[in-house]
Amino acid sequence: MLEIVVKLALVAAAFALLPLLVGQAEHKVMAHMQGRLGPMYAGGFHGWAQLVADGVKFAQKEDVIPQAADRWVFKLAPGVALVPYLLVLIVVPVGPDGQVVLDLGVGLFFALAVMGVGVIGAIMAGWASANKYSLLGGMRVAAQLMSYELPMVFAASSVAMAAGTLSLSGIAEEWRWYWLPWQAVGAVVFFVAGLAELRRPPFDMPVADSEIIFGPYTEYGGLRFALFLLAEYAGIVVLCALTTVLFLGGWKGPFLDTELGWLWTLLKVFVLAFLVIWLRVSYPRMREDQLQKLAWAYLVPLSLAQLALTGVLKVAFA
Amino acid sequence: MSGQEIVFTLLGIVAVGSGLLVVTTRQLVHAALWLVVSFGALAGGYLVLTAEFVAWVQVLIYVGAIVVLLLFGIMLTRAPIGQSMDLDSGNRWIAAGVAVATAAVLVTVLVMGFRDAHTPLKPGGGSAEELGASVFRTWVLPFEVLSVLLLASLVGAIVLSRSDIGPRLPGRAGHPGHPGRGGRGEGDG
Repeated sequence: MLEIVVKLALVAAAFALLPLLVGQAEHKVMAHMQGRLGPMYAGGFHGWAQLVADGVKFAQKEDVIPQAADRWVFKLAPGVALVPYLLVLIVVPVGPDGQVVLDLGVGLFFALAVMGVGVIGAIMAGWASANKYSLLGGMRVAAQLMSYELPMVFAASSVAMAAGTLSLSGIAEEWRWYWLPWQAVGAVVFFVAGLAELRRPPFDMPVADSEIIFGPYTEYGGLRFALFLLAEYAGIVVLCALTTVLFLGGWKGPFLDTELGWLWTLLKVFVLAFLVIWLRVSYPRMREDQLQKLAWAYLVPLSLAQLALTGVLKVAFA
Repeated sequence: MSGQEIVFTLLGIVAVGSGLLVVTTRQLVHAALWLVVSFGALAGGYLVLTAEFVAWVQVLIYVGAIVVLLLFGIMLTRAPIGQSMDLDSGNRWIAAGVAVATAAVLVTVLVMGFRDAHTPLKPGGGSAEELGASVFRTWVLPFEVLSVLLLASLVGAIVLSRSDIGPRLPGRAGHPGHPGRGGRGEGDG
């Protein structure tokens, strides 16, 4: 019982800390890559206090709900967007031998299912704002989710087939180095589809600020908007953690797997998070038709081919 | 009543209650959102019955895909905020009758078929392994028949959505050289 409580506290701490670290990293990486001066100013050395300043700014803003909005759904939406990612973290293993809060037998499906629920938060926000740009953004969110959910589930299924289990700990346990070339296509498809589900650039058509202001989040301000931002960063952490566990061997490193497993996991998560930020800085936004074409014409066939490859090799070498 | 039965009953009440709200609410989008609650309670019911895999697939497919599709459809056509007065169909009494009759048949079958028979719940009884073994060993023929049905509906959907095939209407033959579908979109400028 005590063990579970400690683990839950650790997950809560990770949930409070990791998204903020990713947010801080995004400020700094973007500042360096694009020569932005703003984020390097607050607090003196390297702009270390930028995130604190952001937090203070969000906290003191007025809490505005548009008059025509659907108040209940409008207020509920940030929670629906944020909480699922917290739930996913419960089943993500950070190390071997039960370094996970809840080792679900169907952990993979739990993670994918719950991540899908988070997207409903953005759709709710888009509809409840009583704003045509928000509505357009909400529709784009929905269209994007429907297209990218399929290749994501296929790619994840491929790993489950290779490992012969749906448990996330079990998958990381079964991982061998030759999975890297074997599951490479699946890994790329999973990561790209995950980025699209999180609506991160270059898949940020739903929030395209230059044409539909900020999509579903246009009418949100202050703490509610901060919750959506937090959900985005938490989503990055969850996506990177899942990719790490499924495709990169989780806690397996060159040495001291048992003792330093959690450190390897964290390291891989942060490398992937850096990649996410790097993509945001370097790729232009994709147009809506390009988004759909990428999903249906490339990712779905690629993930099906990966499934076939996994199945054939699994049977051939079983 | 054991703890499991109490939780199961509560989840059932939530599922039926939110299901009723789906058909009685006067706000279109709220109906879709209540459907999320109903599906969630249903998934909870599966969990209590140790059918873990079915429960999470229920959330993944129904909440994550079907409801999102519904919301997309509603938002694409009309999604008024506030009450709509024209949501009631003239068929609603017939529909209610059919629903009650279906429920009565199902309840009768259950009661007559099983009486007070109990099957012990064992953890892992509905895990992916158990389910996979039973689908692909015992029930492989119905499974294959279902997959043919799904394939047929998939082909049907493709045929319906393609405008470049189908019967040729007199006087509306396609222009030679016209790109038709897949041509450049409006935003390509």
